[in-house]
Amino acid sequence: MHIPDGYLSPQTYIPLYGVFAAAVAVAVKKVKKEVSARDIPYLGMAAAFSFIIMMFNLPIPGGTTGHAVGSAVIAILFGPWAAVVAVSVALIIQALIFGDGGITAIGANCFNMAVFMPFTAYYLFRLFSFSSARKGRVFFAAFISGYLSLVMAAVLTGIEFGIQPLIASSSDGKALYCPYDLKIAVPAMAIEHILLFGIVEGLITLIIIRYFLRNEPGLIYAFRKGGKIENK
Amino acid sequence: MLSGREVKLRINKLQKKILIILLFLCLLTPIGILLPAFFNTGDDWGEWSAQTVKELVGYIPKGLIKYSDVWKAPLPDYSISREDLSIVHRSGYYLVSGVIGATVTYIVMLLISRLIIRNGK
Repeated sequence: MHIPDGYLSPQTYIPLYGVFAAAVAVAVKKVKKEVSARDIPYLGMAAAFSFIIMMFNLPIPGGTTGHAVGSAVIAILFGPWAAVVAVSVALIIQALIFGDGGITAIGANCFNMAVFMPFTAYYLFRLFSFSSARKGRVFFAAFISGYLSLVMAAVLTGIEFGIQPLIASSSDGKALYCPYDLKIAVPAMAIEHILLFGIVEGLITLIIIRYFLRNEPGLIYAFRKGGKIENK
Repeated sequence: MLSGREVKLRINKLQKKILIILLFLCLLTPIGILLPAFFNTGDDWGEWSAQTVKELVGYIPKGLIKYSDVWKAPLPDYSISREDLSIVHRSGYYLVSGVIGATVTYIVMLLISRLIIRNGK
């Protein structure tokens, strides 16, 4: 899901840089208010976790590869604004040091995976968990939150790819940037994440939420922010 | 290596445990090379090189030519070069890249968080 350099037109990547910068500005204020200093090590670990989990490329036999992102679980544990900062740090280091994701596409990639995805995940989690505080319900919500947020972020990425031929083509009909249009890019991005990578994101979200529920339930941002957990 | 001592942060028992789990995950990263190689799958969708795009659609889009070399990453694709390496070497470099990347990410995030959060102790 890391868009490389040359796939997005300036008409796409410049506005997305702007949106990302605005999100970071708000995130800095929110994190300052919401996160206590003693939880700083957790934020470092969250960013490192996101970095590592994105390295686990998984194959769809006969197709392409892809990976989970970790944004969903970070958003539930530490809040969507903290996730904005943590996942952005991981993505920017991937782009700068490892060439994974373009420099011009940093705004787009961070917007997709570090802004859109954690917020989608966070609100999905609250939507699916809070009518009940049963643990089974919480685990279900965690899975759905990871699964759907990654699929939706993939669709968003597919849209960004897919609008390129509409925005910028030369007079002979050849695309200047991503050559595939919406009809191809969106299903391609959606299907592989629906089939495999979304499930992986859902499972790691579930497993880690379960781990924190057992070890440090008071830490979980989504619960502190509203609702309660039942300790059975 | 993955200790927070550099920035003088105290780490509790659970956090120490999580760091060990993260280090363990780092050691497993070659799976990200080996599994796709085993199933013989290609790049992530939309992350092809200019050459691969040419094979797919018959031409290299002009913007892709213009932008694709705009940045030279020191460890491209979590490896040392774009030359063909054996899968064992690639896995090794991938693992080392994982450890370096995760450590840098951890430390940068700690520093940024410290800058942002100055309340309490």
